[in-house]
Amino acid sequence: MIKVENLHKSFGDTDVLKGISTVFDKGKTNLIIGQSGSGKTVFLKNLVGLFEPEQGYIYYEDRRYQNLSASERRNLRKEMGMVFQGGALFDSMNVEENVKFPLRMFTKLNNAEMKNRVQEVLERVNLKDVNTRFPAEISGGMQKRVSIARAIVNRPKFLFCDEPNSGLDPRTATVIDNLIQELTKEYDITTVINTHDMNSVFEIGEKIVYLQDGHLAWEGTKEEIHVSENKDLTDFVYSSNLFRKVKVAYQKGL
Amino acid sequence: MNYISSIGLYLIMIKDTFRRMTKRKVLWRLIFQEINDLILKSLGIVVFISFFIGAVVTIQTALNLTNPLIPKELIGYAARQSILLEFAPTFVSVIMAGKVGSYITSSIGTMRVTEQIDALEVMGINSLNYLVFPKIIAMLIYPFLIGISMFVGIMGAYLAGVYGGFLDGAQFLKGLRDDFIPFHIFYAFFKTIVFAFLLATIPAFHGYYMKGGALEVGKASTTSFVWTSVVIIITNYIITQLLLS
Repeated sequence: MIKVENLHKSFGDTDVLKGISTVFDKGKTNLIIGQSGSGKTVFLKNLVGLFEPEQGYIYYEDRRYQNLSASERRNLRKEMGMVFQGGALFDSMNVEENVKFPLRMFTKLNNAEMKNRVQEVLERVNLKDVNTRFPAEISGGMQKRVSIARAIVNRPKFLFCDEPNSGLDPRTATVIDNLIQELTKEYDITTVINTHDMNSVFEIGEKIVYLQDGHLAWEGTKEEIHVSENKDLTDFVYSSNLFRKVKVAYQKGL
Repeated sequence: MNYISSIGLYLIMIKDTFRRMTKRKVLWRLIFQEINDLILKSLGIVVFISFFIGAVVTIQTALNLTNPLIPKELIGYAARQSILLEFAPTFVSVIMAGKVGSYITSSIGTMRVTEQIDALEVMGINSLNYLVFPKIIAMLIYPFLIGISMFVGIMGAYLAGVYGGFLDGAQFLKGLRDDFIPFHIFYAFFKTIVFAFLLATIPAFHGYYMKGGALEVGKASTTSFVWTSVVIIITNYIITQLLLS
């Protein structure tokens, strides 16, 4: 579980996050949505510790991040996995070395044990026979899966995903969404996903947080979106004809 | 003001590079990788340039010594002094600012653009130590490269002088040994070590703190080359003033 209290972040004179408070539950896929420039990425970077908030607190289970010492923060980060928008795989390493990297850095496993663990997670993300290939030699969808494998190989308690299906075809995007949701349930982790993709919202969104201009404008479940009266949210979510039809179908009980 | 803040940021980067060390086993691997990328892969170009620089220095000196009263040995002496004191340590370092410097800036800059550095930080790894420290250690081998450059430069000078018909082998070797001051070797290698540190850290600074996309990686590489060269030349002047004057 991650609890956020009154989070503020600014860059120079620009206030990007203006007092966000919310809770991301364990074992659920929590989605952050909002227009470009609404503060989603900055919010996620605060959650993973890449940015330091000016005001407010973040609790990881019972630990308040702002109260932790530098070494406690490093230990906490070992409990996090992150899937970056572009994958952020290390170009100089092949797939196996990329996935093995967190194990090599933070565990005392021997080479055979690491290899077994890597194989296990690669199979879990449905990747076979790619161990010796480099990131540039595999497709975007495969890169995302390798990135997910790297994020979960050290069995994290918290998984963060920044637009995990951007740039992917709809079928691969759905595969990635479902994979993240399955892993969230299987490992009972707190997953926070930053997305623009309304398919993701209606496929895997168990809790949705809608940001607008640095504020938390709405939060709830995907079912609650259909009956929400927040005009900004509905304008954003139902901006395409397809999703307007989804809403009508939902309201008709179809 | 911008320059002052950049210098401050550079110094903070140096300090942070030596904090929170990466796991030793991983670090050794990275250091050997960097020795290969930064030093061994530069060997060919350094040998090539040094040989011809040595040869050209000899020819230029010989062609300018037209007075019959000046002994021919002076050609060997001038070649030794030029190569040992300036051409090998300074000239080669400026070339390395282009070769090694742009490699360091573009590789770290690409990691910044593609969020690989963020990935390291999220994992709780000190990305500066992971990326820059192995380069600094690898560059400790750099004086050996300059030693090879000196040797090959003098070989080039010998071959151009003797086989070009400007002087005979004995005259060249006599000039090479005349008035030899061992402190000059210390001076040359001292400044080489300083240049090695600059070659590893200034390009790393430009790559690590770059902002933008692929185009900016290219711009950062160019800026890095310019600034590394400028700092090497100014540092060369300061060290020469302090140690030789």
